[in-house]
Amino acid sequence: MIYKANIRPAWVVLVMLILFTLAFTLVKISDTKQITVNSQAQQEKPVKVDLTRFKNAEDNEVCLNCHGQSKYIYEKPGSQKTITKRMYSELVMDRDLFYASNHREFKCTDCHSEDYATFPHDNNLRMEAIATCIDCHGGDEKYAQFKFEQIESEFQASVHSEKHSEDFTCWMCHDAHSYKINARNTENLKETITYDNQICLNCHGDFKNYELLTSKLKPNILQKHEWLPNQASHFTHVRCIECHTANKDTLVVAHHVVAKNQAVRKCESCHSKNSILYASLYKYQVSEKLQNKGVILGMLMGGTTSVGPDVSNRLNVISLVIFGFTVLLILIHAGLRIKK
Amino acid sequence: MNHHPEKLYLYPVWIRIWHMVNALLCLILIITGLSIQFSNPGTVVKFSAAVSVHNIAGIILTISYIAFFLGNLFTPNGVYYIIPVKGFISRMKKQFRYYTIGLFKKEDAPFPVNDESKFNPLQQVTYVVLMYIFVPVVIFSGWGLLYPEITINSVFGYSGLDLTDLFHIAAGFAISIIMCVHIYFCTIGNNPVSNFKSMINGYHESH
Repeated sequence: MIYKANIRPAWVVLVMLILFTLAFTLVKISDTKQITVNSQAQQEKPVKVDLTRFKNAEDNEVCLNCHGQSKYIYEKPGSQKTITKRMYSELVMDRDLFYASNHREFKCTDCHSEDYATFPHDNNLRMEAIATCIDCHGGDEKYAQFKFEQIESEFQASVHSEKHSEDFTCWMCHDAHSYKINARNTENLKETITYDNQICLNCHGDFKNYELLTSKLKPNILQKHEWLPNQASHFTHVRCIECHTANKDTLVVAHHVVAKNQAVRKCESCHSKNSILYASLYKYQVSEKLQNKGVILGMLMGGTTSVGPDVSNRLNVISLVIFGFTVLLILIHAGLRIKK
Repeated sequence: MNHHPEKLYLYPVWIRIWHMVNALLCLILIITGLSIQFSNPGTVVKFSAAVSVHNIAGIILTISYIAFFLGNLFTPNGVYYIIPVKGFISRMKKQFRYYTIGLFKKEDAPFPVNDESKFNPLQQVTYVVLMYIFVPVVIFSGWGLLYPEITINSVFGYSGLDLTDLFHIAAGFAISIIMCVHIYFCTIGNNPVSNFKSMINGYHESH
């Protein structure tokens, strides 16, 4: 046959598909389990502190003997006298919170200097550099699914990072001693919203903390949001970050906090089928469904898609014009055929 | 039509079954796809039902496409989808002239159907683009929307999911248009229904 020199398109497509799939797998390999892992972590109930359960609890007690309560007692050198002093509240560590946190298996001296073993502590120790999230979690494949690098770069682009000195670190919002992963969860969605908003309000609602970072007067949040209809409802059902960050569907918790004049102020940004939150909600809802109903059932049971009538009005008009044109041509052609 | 039509067995059973299944699925997918795209309270098909049916039909379409794909790889049917490069433009022009002028002058078709070439040049290009570009795109993007977690997160700063959505809709729309034209062109046969009959009994009637 004369076709021998030619290659069947099917083979070309097959080879391309294999290459595409290979490339795709390589790109996505570290990226797939993001939300699954988050929700699993959340399901763990807070533990009652049973110190024998934790790897380094015994060692940690050396520190927590003093730092686990609001007073510390020591013997005055050269005398039998014991002295009791108050521990500054920010130096008090809550055992319950720590042993329920993601970092519960750590030893205090994993992050803090071994020199704290001596008392009174050396004055220079206050200058000790404190690790931020990315120092430990950056570039580690084990944590790739949590996207620390993306969080870091979003944070670097945020007003928090730009408008404040380098003292504004992850710690301003996340205390590694008590940090517990808190992804969105439809079962206790309200709790999650409260938890997330509390992080913002810790400074923006509390002047004691706010004044540590700025000499500005603390704005009155209720007054600033007076324009917002159903304010109370919005505050309890929506996270601050939904309007105050550059939303993307790639992070469960957006960290790119934008300046207040860039915050969302239009109702239809959220209250439309084309909501700015839609892509991330869609992704989240589907993964939830897959978890609850299993891969096959969850996928088949409908209810969510990411498409909507106003995805792009212009595209709708263009497609309507093309369709109309096609129908018109067909009608003319058919008409001419019938006439002949 | 004044002489008795010649009959040529051109469409084996597997092609006819595949074609029928494919046609049915495409209709279902277009109808449910449109009701999802233009969803409104009170549309003909309920939104959640439309999504379920669309998903299931899409999965069956994937299986049907794999069958078609393997059929074209391993049976002689794939040969019809090879576009000879030499004289490509002039053959396209010839066929285009036939559809726009020759047909009305009752000229003979420039590329009559025989068992070495089932498709005329325009048909061939359309089917190759349809079956090897648009349908794979619609299937891949469809699976990407079914499992958004496997979709690439961002492509040059755009949301990968939105882009997948756009590809899906655009390819789906192109397929719908091709289907309209395809059905109309099928009425250009020995008589307006003869091509439809061919896809049932497997025999092509030539003029």
